[in-house]
Amino acid sequence: MYDFPDSRGHFGPYGGIFVGETLMAAIEELRSVYERYRNDPEFIAEFERDLKHFVGRPSPIYHARRWSDHLGGAQILLKREDLNHTGAHKVNNTIGQAMLARRMGKKRVIAETGAGQHGVATATVAARYGLECVVYMGAEDVKRQAPNVFRMKLLGATVVPVESGSKTLKDAMNEAMRDWVTNVESTFYIIGTVAGPHPYPMIVRDFQSVIGREAKSQMMEAFGRQPDRLVACVGGGSNAIGLFYPYIEDESVRMTGVEAAGDGIATGRHAAPLCAGKPGVLHGNRSYLVQDENGQISDTHSISAGLDYPGVGPEHAWLKDTGRADYAAVTDNEALDAFHALCRFEGIIPALESSHALAHAAKIAPTMDRDKLILVNLSGRGDKDINTVAQLAGIQL
Amino acid sequence: MSRIRSAFEKLGKNGQKALIPFITAGDPDPVLTVGLMHGLVAGGADIIELGVPFTDPMSDGPVIQHASERALKYGVSLKQVLGMVAEFREKDTETPIVLMGYLNPFEAMGYEKFAVEAKAAGVDGVLTVDCPPEEADQLLDSFTNAGIDPIFLIAPTTTSERIAKIASVASGYVYYVSLKGVTGATHLDFSEIEDRVNEIRKQVDLPICIGFGIRDESTAKSASRIADGVVIGSRIVQEIEQSDCQSAVKNVTAFVTSMRRAIDG
Repeated sequence: MYDFPDSRGHFGPYGGIFVGETLMAAIEELRSVYERYRNDPEFIAEFERDLKHFVGRPSPIYHARRWSDHLGGAQILLKREDLNHTGAHKVNNTIGQAMLARRMGKKRVIAETGAGQHGVATATVAARYGLECVVYMGAEDVKRQAPNVFRMKLLGATVVPVESGSKTLKDAMNEAMRDWVTNVESTFYIIGTVAGPHPYPMIVRDFQSVIGREAKSQMMEAFGRQPDRLVACVGGGSNAIGLFYPYIEDESVRMTGVEAAGDGIATGRHAAPLCAGKPGVLHGNRSYLVQDENGQISDTHSISAGLDYPGVGPEHAWLKDTGRADYAAVTDNEALDAFHALCRFEGIIPALESSHALAHAAKIAPTMDRDKLILVNLSGRGDKDINTVAQLAGIQL
Repeated sequence: MSRIRSAFEKLGKNGQKALIPFITAGDPDPVLTVGLMHGLVAGGADIIELGVPFTDPMSDGPVIQHASERALKYGVSLKQVLGMVAEFREKDTETPIVLMGYLNPFEAMGYEKFAVEAKAAGVDGVLTVDCPPEEADQLLDSFTNAGIDPIFLIAPTTTSERIAKIASVASGYVYYVSLKGVTGATHLDFSEIEDRVNEIRKQVDLPICIGFGIRDESTAKSASRIADGVVIGSRIVQEIEQSDCQSAVKNVTAFVTSMRRAIDG
């Protein structure tokens, strides 16, 4: 049976707790609070109620028939996380963590964000529960994701642009960690992906697993069987784990995570630690990292702010090493092509992050028979990305 | 006997407290580091903490982050840092040197190789900021085999259970983080710190040094009354930041001299 992580947060050699001593007590407190509530019927009932009435779950599975026909191979199905309230899968997790924060009596929540989706989802639950909310966001990302910055502000959050390092997601995470260590007693750090120190990778996975659980029953209902392949984009990897986890023991379903190859792996300008990195320690856990030979973390590049991160959740590292999942990477241009294809063929504007998963599906579908099923996690909608896409086309909005 | 242990024994005999300045290796320019280290000793440093630059110094405030960034502009690697220590040792065989850094560069070199080469260069202790004892088994084995003291942090939030765990693996000295937060923060409550240090003494049979937030004569003096040593980091890095290359050594030496007077006085 698949039973990871162990009690200290290890997925084989990956995961663990690598933080400064000041945070150890807070992490232990979170671990014990989560142990107490994770199987608590009342906690679960509240979580499910919120997912239904606030998020609008279950999210449908939609058959992208016209695009599949055009590609001329396997049928592409989309798990529509883009239809969730706030426009992405991120809110599944922020609701769960905010419920923990309230039970711990924390009045202030902080978050890091790349594309801004996790920041918006955190600001949303903070507003709803009346919690103070501070979101750290790389200064570079503040520029390229302006609509989400304004959205967070509308929701009452303070957005702090982070000017250090590469001014992207990793630096936002450094800064959030620094805030947490300074305000550790009043503050709950809502981490948005399946990374960070244990128990975060497990907590975020558990909350996001609603995606895969729903998919399993929806697939049976609509198609009488499970898909042949799952495809999801991987930055930190939360939407992918959310879809994959309930399928891990169902070995007939092949699972593929798709990283950002940026300008191309060979150029060095990418964000693909699983495809082109090596193991190391960053942000509280051991996993694959994009790093140089001296152990310094490399600047990454992706058109999609949400994938522009040098690390990846430790469970993905483990799934890669064990071969249970495989990982591919697609370039900025391939992702953009898929973005436009979904707009034109299906009337859906996907997030640039999710467009990476779509691009990989578009590559493999034609190599498969027409009766095969590929379930792609459409993790977010693309409204936030229209400025980026317009700019690339030389259009000023 | 290790250099760190003999340093504390000598201080104890003289009724003195340890002055432990921190600088980041390679800041502001790799050619200045060895000179700065000698300057620290000339100013009265008993032990030098030498920061290994890292791209993502999660536990550091802006001052030491910028020091890391300046050093990394020159591509300063762990290997080069060890080279600086070896060069320092050509003229100073006595002052203990403790490397302070994050785990990933150590891991990239390989624990075994790192420990052996660090020892050969003249490193006495290593403080790995983001590696708690629970994750440190292999690292500690390498340090023990090489004869390097693993230095650990104890925080205001550390439970007595964890203090016991840290006490069981630490050697050299322990570093009490005097406040919740990152390096370079302010607002110290010395009566609270004193209570904590006295509690820690019941469980830890090593010298206890205080750092984070020590920035002037008054805070250095207060800290030295409570603890066996005082670590001063961000304030010295600031001195370097505000000096030009010609005056950096002189200014840093003068500042350390004033700290020495404060804690001896």
